Parts: sequence; structure tokens; C-alpha cells
Amino acid sequence: MALLQLKSIGQTYFSKTSATTALEDITLSVNEGEFISILGPSGCGKSTLLSIIAGLLLPTTGSVMVNNQPVTQPHPKIGYMLQQDYLFPWKTIEDNITLGLKLRDQNTNEHIQAALRLLKEIGLDHTRSKYPSELSGGMRQRVALVRTLATQPKMLLLDEPFSALDYQTKLKLEDLVSSTLKEHGKTAILVTHDIGEAIAMSDTVILLSSNPGRIFRTFKIPETLKKLLPFEARQHPHFSSTFQQIWEELEHIEQNDNE
Amino acid sequence: MNKTIMNEKHVEFLQSIKKEKRNIRFVQLIMFISFFSLWEVSSLRGWINPLLFSSPTKIWALFLEKIGDGSLYIHVIYTLGETVLGFILGTLLGTLLAALLWWSPFLSKVLDPYLVVLNAMPKVALGPILIVAIGPNFGSIIAMGILISIIITTLVVYTAFQNVDDNYIKVIRSFGGNKKQCFKEVILPACFPTIISSLKVNVGLSWVGVIVGEFLVSKQGLGYMIIYGFQVFNFTLVLMSLLIIALMATVMYQGVELLERKLIKHHIQ
Ligand SMILES: Nc1ncnc2c1ncn2[C@@H]1O[C@H](COP(=O)(O)OP(=O)(O)O)[C@@H](O)[C@H]1O
Ligand SMILES: [Mg+2]
Repeated sequence: MALLQLKSIGQTYFSKTSATTALEDITLSVNEGEFISILGPSGCGKSTLLSIIAGLLLPTTGSVMVNNQPVTQPHPKIGYMLQQDYLFPWKTIEDNITLGLKLRDQNTNEHIQAALRLLKEIGLDHTRSKYPSELSGGMRQRVALVRTLATQPKMLLLDEPFSALDYQTKLKLEDLVSSTLKEHGKTAILVTHDIGEAIAMSDTVILLSSNPGRIFRTFKIPETLKKLLPFEARQHPHFSSTFQQIWEELEHIEQNDNE
Repeated sequence: MNKTIMNEKHVEFLQSIKKEKRNIRFVQLIMFISFFSLWEVSSLRGWINPLLFSSPTKIWALFLEKIGDGSLYIHVIYTLGETVLGFILGTLLGTLLAALLWWSPFLSKVLDPYLVVLNAMPKVALGPILIVAIGPNFGSIIAMGILISIIITTLVVYTAFQNVDDNYIKVIRSFGGNKKQCFKEVILPACFPTIISSLKVNVGLSWVGVIVGEFLVSKQGLGYMIIYGFQVFNFTLVLMSLLIIALMATVMYQGVELLERKLIKHHIQ
């Protein structure tokens, strides 16, 4: 059964002078344990879509269902990781990663220990009582991941989580995030404008066209790549052929846009 | 490069910083001494009117006398109490009002023009009304200290509340946090630096409010001493009160700065 279902989601932003349609007729379903990437150019509505799934924004039309229940407010089983880490500078790393537990009233010793274990797992045990300003960009993004995972969501929404990092850090984090999510059996939706990242990390890639954002095509990533860690997948011969395929589709989108 | 050479360079660098600091302190001290000496000599020689400008030794003698007979003490305590209460309450109430405006965008839009008018108006002009309304006492003077700082604090802090990055609120909301939690976990702590810096500004404003208040009420305090000294043409008393005010205002300001360094150590991104 599908964990998440989107039923013809549409979003229009209104202002005094205009109405911008950011998304139109987005229908898709995500099964438990699946890793989906949403790929599209800047401004095509990717962040808007994630906000809607996260329950932060009510869509103008259509509905979001989790386990066949409509979502109208932030769902406890959905974790949202924003484009930048947005760690709270005045809180220690420990207080940052347990923030969600506090807000969700799950502030038990057991849950806190689990969060600290995650921090250790991700190699940042020693930063527990430090402040975010003392950490590098990659470390902060890892802490943000732990913060999102601490409330034990079933599904993670990742909004271009690596876009602010340097290339090397990004490659390493891709592996870390991918293996961590797999290990804990999480479902994930990753939003990105990086074709390679989408192929390397996910099972399915959904291409969005822009103005308004619409599902243009859906790609299934070959089994051979799905099994590999992102870094290994990038070396695999199937990677470049898939890349080529998606690249051509993106070119099509641009041509359609220009017409 | 050789490590010992580096170390030597570092020592040299540290020494040069130390030396500069020493020089600055030295010149400051010279200025201080020159000012008071020149004042003393000018007054003694009659270059300036000694009745009007008094002289440091006369002020010092009066100071010792007032401490001796215990009459200074009560005035200082009064003024100090009023000022501290004035700037703390002014900042707290201003922040509270800002929180209210943040909570209700409708209220904020409604109140906007009134706040602008109130902010532009010279608050000390309300002094006489306050005194009649509250009575010529401690209360009306504190009200003056608060009134002079509350509106500007509200405006500054509210602007800071509005400028907090929305994405922090998104984080809170994605964990199911409500509006109250957004305020407590994000808005308020993010604006701590602004609140503390308006505390600093309010120290100065509160002094103005309190001294003017004491001018009007004329019962106790350093403001009263200034007005009294003026009325009996005792300018030694006026200048002594002024110097005490300058000293206390400085100490308060430094105190708030210390608080600032302690409280907002980690706020820099
Ligand atoms: N709060 C908003 N108000 C008005 N327009 C918005 C708002 N947020 C996004 N948009 C518009 O919606 C479109 C999609 O934005 P977004 O979802 O941020 O795209 P992406 O994340 O793919 O870059 C853009 O044209 C953007 O200008
Ligand atoms: Mg975006």
C-alpha cells in the first residue's frame, strides 16, 4: 500500500497584482521504503511541493494522504529537512537535535538516548555540547539530519540538502544519508536540481517542468544502480547512460518552454 | 619558515598591541588630569566665573560634606532606583507590546499610525499630565522613565521580530509546534541581541526621563538637587550632581554591556 498519495495537487500564489501558479495537477504515490527524487530547474515549485507534503502549506487544489488519511497539518510521521541546516545558533548541538522531541512531547529519556545514539552513528558524538557556529557546513547538515530523524518519522522530505556544500563533502554526505536512511528503513523524497545526485540516490526520479510545475516524466532507476551506494553508483557504466537519458528529457522540457 | 622566528614575531606583535593600549590609557589619563587642573586653575585665577563654574576642589569638598552628613545617600538611591526601574520596565513592557503586535498582525496594522505619532512626540512634554494623574511621587517619575523608552523599544523590537528568518519557524512548525512555541523557541531568542541593545539605549533615555521627572516633582533625587542648586544659585551642588550622574550612567551602561557579552555569546552565525 502506498504510504503517501498526492491527488492532483495544485498551488497558486496570490498577490495584489498577480496570481502565480507554481504547481499543477501533481499526482503520485510513494510506497514505504522507496526513495524518490524530484528533479527540476530552479523555481519550478519543488520547495512548494515539499511544504505541501509536510503539511505546512495547504494546497489550493487536491489533497495529500498519508496512510489513506488526509494531511492538513504537520504529520508526526513526516520529517522535513530544509535547504540549509537552520540549526538554532543559541542552542547546543544536543538541544538542537532534541528540539523535535521537545515540541512533539516525546521528551523521554529513551528518545533522547536514541537521538544521541544517532549523533554518534553519524560521527558527531564529540560535538554534543558545542554550538552550531563551531561546526563546519557538512557537520551542521549532518546534525540537521539527526534532528529530523530524532522524532522517528517514517518519511523524510529533503529539500536540496547538499546544495550549500562543497563537492567533496556533498559526495560523502550522499553516501552517509543514503546508508543511514536505508538502515533505518525510511521512505524519502529528495528534491534537487542535480541530475547526478538524483540518479545516485534514488529508486525513482520524477522530472518536473516549470511554469507551472507539472510532472513531465518518471524514470525508474536500474536495479544495478539502486543497490549501490551513491558514490559507487556514480562510477557504474549504467550511471552515464541514465544520465544521458534524463539530460535529453530535460532538453525537451526546455524546448517545450521556449515554444 | 623557522618556528622560533615565528614565535619571536608573535611576541613582537603582542608587545606592539600592548604598547598601543598603554599609550591610549596614558593620553586618556593626561587629558583627564589636564581638564580638571585647568578647571581648577581657571576658577582660582578668575578666568572663568567661579560662582557659575565652581571648581573641582569645591565640588569635592561639598561631596565629602554631603557624604559625611548622610544627605547625599538618599538622593542617589532615589534616582538610581527610578532609573533602573525605568529602563528595565521600559524594555520589558516595550518587548511585551512588540510580542502582542507580532501575535496579532491585525492589531499591528491598526496601531501602526498611532505608534508613529507617539514615537515622534516628545514624551517629556507629557510630564505635567503624568504628575497630575499619578501624583507627585516615585510612581510618576518611573512612569516618565518608562514612557520615554517604551515606544521606541516596541518599534525596534517588533521590527526585529518580523525580520527573523521564516525558515526557523518552518522548522518548529514541521515538528508540530504552535505559535506560542514559535515565539518562545525562535522569535524571542533570535531577538535577544536587539532587546539587549535597546536596553543599552534605554539606560540613556531613562536617565533623561527620570531627571526631567525630578525637575518637575522636586522632592528628592539628583534631579531635585540640580533644580534646588539652580534656585539657590549653588552651582557647586549642580555640578556635583552632574558628575555623579555621569559616573552612574557610565557604570550602568558598562553593566549592560557585560550582560550583553554573557547572554548573547552564541548568537553570531
Ligand atoms: N510564498 C510565496 N509567495 C508567492 N510566490 C511564491 C512563494 N513561494 C514560492 N513562490 C513562487 O513559486 C514558484 C516556485 O517556487 P519554489 O517552490 O520555491 O521553487 P523551487 O524550490 O523549485 O526553486 C516560484 O516562481 C516562486 O517565485
Ligand atoms: Mg527550493
